[in-house]
Amino acid sequence: MNQPLQRSVGGEPVCSQGLRPLCSAERETLGVRECTCISDESDGLLEFCDVPLKEKKLLEVKLGELPSWILMRDFTPSGIAGAFQRGYYRYYNKYVNVKKGSIAGLSMVLAAYVFLNYCRSYKELKHERLRKYH
Amino acid sequence: MNENLFTSFITPVILGLPLVTLIVLFPSLLFPTSNRLVSNRFVTLQQWMLQLVSKQMMSIHNSKGQTWTLMLMSLILFIGSTNLLGLLPHSFTPTTQLSMNLGMAIPLWAGAVITGFRNKTKASLAHFLPQGTPTPLIPMLVIIETISLFIQPMALAVRLTANITAGHLLIHLIGGATLALMSISTTTALVTFTILILLTILEFAVAMIQAYVFTLLVSLYLHDNT
Repeated sequence: MNQPLQRSVGGEPVCSQGLRPLCSAERETLGVRECTCISDESDGLLEFCDVPLKEKKLLEVKLGELPSWILMRDFTPSGIAGAFQRGYYRYYNKYVNVKKGSIAGLSMVLAAYVFLNYCRSYKELKHERLRKYH
Repeated sequence: MNENLFTSFITPVILGLPLVTLIVLFPSLLFPTSNRLVSNRFVTLQQWMLQLVSKQMMSIHNSKGQTWTLMLMSLILFIGSTNLLGLLPHSFTPTTQLSMNLGMAIPLWAGAVITGFRNKTKASLAHFLPQGTPTPLIPMLVIIETISLFIQPMALAVRLTANITAGHLLIHLIGGATLALMSISTTTALVTFTILILLTILEFAVAMIQAYVFTLLVSLYLHDNT
């Protein structure tokens, strides 16, 4: 019997006594993950031991399966756009769209921007090192 | 030294692909939208600033001029954020490129002038002759006013380009001078470093002021013509 899900303050799924949360193996969409509470007694019956490779997250993929996992990713333009959108919302919902957002959310973006620009102009910058002979 | 000074103004191209497109689009990431009445701190701060600026800038216009609010507000946000991002180390500032500033100035100025000519033809033409000029001077003055009208977009673009480019060049030069002087005489290096700090503060101000001036002038041209 599925019970309604309560989320604790940190956003982690919390179920009442005798139940445990089961979250879908699908990727988070806009920071929300589909979870539900299932009975604890059905241990092993409802759990998917054989999650299809396509739906596994990166950290759950074994090393040997890695090349085939990468090849199965969605490389269509809409797939790539979806990946960027998910990445953006993941960062936004974690650091900016919170009740007491701080300067860190913006500074990390600017620091990454500076770093990327440094990498871009490394070729010209390496001539400006302090060396006796260039 | 000669080559190093201007390499930071070259349009970034990586493997033949224009990276400059991504750099121009990057400031849009820093202005998130929110549909909520009470949003997070970041969005609230930006909405407050935007309200302040739009009230100050668009109150002088009539209802026809106020249809330009969205355009002018995006303009000041874009120029302001691009200039400020250019003050980060190693970054590329798109507003140092004259091509980009001309691309912003000419359509906006032309839009304002053509709106004026279409809707209030007599009044727009009357701008070419200031009130109370003595009769012999009229032909010369009309020529001068025409030239001054056509120079407006050029002045807008060149003003922005020159200010931002000059500021960046000064920072490069004085920073290089500080580094070179450190091994020769530490006191002079400290003085130069103080100058560098003051210059950086000035550049922050200039970045925002230039955005304001650009938008204000466009708004003035609009006011004349609506």
